[in-house]
Amino acid sequence: MRSTMLLRLGAVLAGAALLGACQLETKSVAQNGYRGTGMDQIHLVSDKKKVGEVPPPPYDPPKPGGKPAREAYQNVQVLGDISEDEFSYTMAAITQWIAPEQGCNYCHNPANMASDELYTKKVARRMLQMTRNINTGWTQHVKQTGVTCYTCHRGQAVPSENWALPAKGNPDTILGNKHGQNAPLATTAYSSLPNEAFAKYLLDAKSSNIRVQSNYSHPSGYAATANKTTTMETEGTYSLMMHTSSALGVNCTFCHNAGSFQAWNMSTPKRVGAWYGYRMVRNINGEYIGSLASVFPKHRLGPQGDPLKVNCATCHRGVNKPLGGVSMVKDYPALRPTGPMITAAAAPAPAAPAAAATKMP
Amino acid sequence: MALLSFERKYRVRGGTLIGGDLFDFWVGPFYVGFFGVITAIFASLGTALILYCASQGGTWNPWLISIAPPDLKYGLGFAPLSHGGFWQVITVCAIVSFTSWALREVEICRKLGMGYHVPIAFGFAIFAYVSLVVIRPVLLGAWHFGFPYGIFSHLDWVSNTGYQYLHFHYNPAHMLAVSFFFTTCLALALHGALVLSAVNPKEGETVKTPEYEDTFFRDLIGYSIGTLGIHRLGLLLALNAGFWSAVCIIISGPLWTRGWPEWWNWWLNLPIWS
Repeated sequence: MRSTMLLRLGAVLAGAALLGACQLETKSVAQNGYRGTGMDQIHLVSDKKKVGEVPPPPYDPPKPGGKPAREAYQNVQVLGDISEDEFSYTMAAITQWIAPEQGCNYCHNPANMASDELYTKKVARRMLQMTRNINTGWTQHVKQTGVTCYTCHRGQAVPSENWALPAKGNPDTILGNKHGQNAPLATTAYSSLPNEAFAKYLLDAKSSNIRVQSNYSHPSGYAATANKTTTMETEGTYSLMMHTSSALGVNCTFCHNAGSFQAWNMSTPKRVGAWYGYRMVRNINGEYIGSLASVFPKHRLGPQGDPLKVNCATCHRGVNKPLGGVSMVKDYPALRPTGPMITAAAAPAPAAPAAAATKMP
Repeated sequence: MALLSFERKYRVRGGTLIGGDLFDFWVGPFYVGFFGVITAIFASLGTALILYCASQGGTWNPWLISIAPPDLKYGLGFAPLSHGGFWQVITVCAIVSFTSWALREVEICRKLGMGYHVPIAFGFAIFAYVSLVVIRPVLLGAWHFGFPYGIFSHLDWVSNTGYQYLHFHYNPAHMLAVSFFFTTCLALALHGALVLSAVNPKEGETVKTPEYEDTFFRDLIGYSIGTLGIHRLGLLLALNAGFWSAVCIIISGPLWTRGWPEWWNWWLNLPIWS
């Protein structure tokens, strides 16, 4: 009898624990595929409220015209064409976005504002070039919403969502060496999948293709283009997709129809934006952050000595449209130049993928 | 002894739940009863509607025919026939005919004075179906969340619905269901093999008694569940497979919205080490 009682108690406790791990709150539902395909989004209403505050401009934007900044100040390499007033306005906004507590002195020597002696100023200059490149060269991803420093920085000098090449495990022992997997990290949505996917797919323009699906029944195939990726390699792709899903607060069916993850004509139009997004991230990490590797001090580098890089979460922060789709850049024309690009490193967006179906069959 | 010479003994009146003597008859080998009539009507109506709806779908390729549930906007209301209404009516036909079939089994059990194990077991299958097309859609607030009736399309639905939770293999109830499905196969294979090894000997050899079967497993693993016990075990395993399948889809959405791997963070967050 005693053991029966204990069993019952155990069952009740286990039941309570299971229910405790349930989400009983109100959900919101959305359909994003043809009915019956199961392409739906189901979220907690409370989960959807993490868009974040959008800071207002530091003061009313100045009227156009006036002396160009390059004449008013020395050593203005990126924002030289804008007016002196707009330059000050943009600097005030950047301070508020990145170093609200440290102020101007975070990047500038107050005795000589033109000096490049602080590493932060050199980084900021490259980041300005990057921001302007994103807003003009990557509109397939950022559309007309655009980005500002705040999209990533959110009031912090180092954006809280970043990654670096992971520390290498000790190859001489299996103890404590998880071989880059089986760690419940947010980057793999807490799965056991490999967590080096960013290094493989988001490092720079030379990163591997993310796709692993083969067009042939045999990996070697008769065609030179036959897909030779292994089943193991699919885990890296899966891992990256898990990251993208959780970074955007969506599930796989936001972009894909599981009937064929590969086929563009079965995917949603959102997948096109994501395709450009991955290439944009490679461009950011390779051309811009990668070029700063020697500029950053040691304490700003990852365990392998490479700078901290961006992934989907750096901007998206769990929402499909960063900052809820609010366009901050419209108040900061300096970050979206209309003329020809000044920076030589501006990379044109790659050729478009085959158009996705705009309408489900 | 020919079947006909003793089956008369088992073809007795009574035991009906509804309809008294009215439908208490057989057609050929089949017992009819009130629920047999209902099953026949609704199964035929449902099949006819499937065929008609398929004729409106633009393909007669049996793999591709699909009868899809309504769009999300119709919520728990009626949808126009060609926009998911057919799916709704067919679902009603299916549930009525499945349930009637189970109740017809109950009537047969009552006639024969047997236990209700078969209709109860079938009830688990009905529960699994109803979970997919009624319980989960109602909990999520729209018939839209039912699965489409089509060979490929229902597989795509399963796949997409799984990917709504990023990695469905981390769903704890799915883990249980899969384990029970596999264990059911293991138990059935062992049981079938053991019985055949004992009662289907080569010509000239004798049939072995259950003691041989028990001894085989005692020799092998130190324990035999016994001739009755193996059937209890089989039923338990099989019903659990269906039950946890139903649970694993009911909880996906209504009780958990993020990736299933993340659900396991309750373990990481236990106050013992977190």
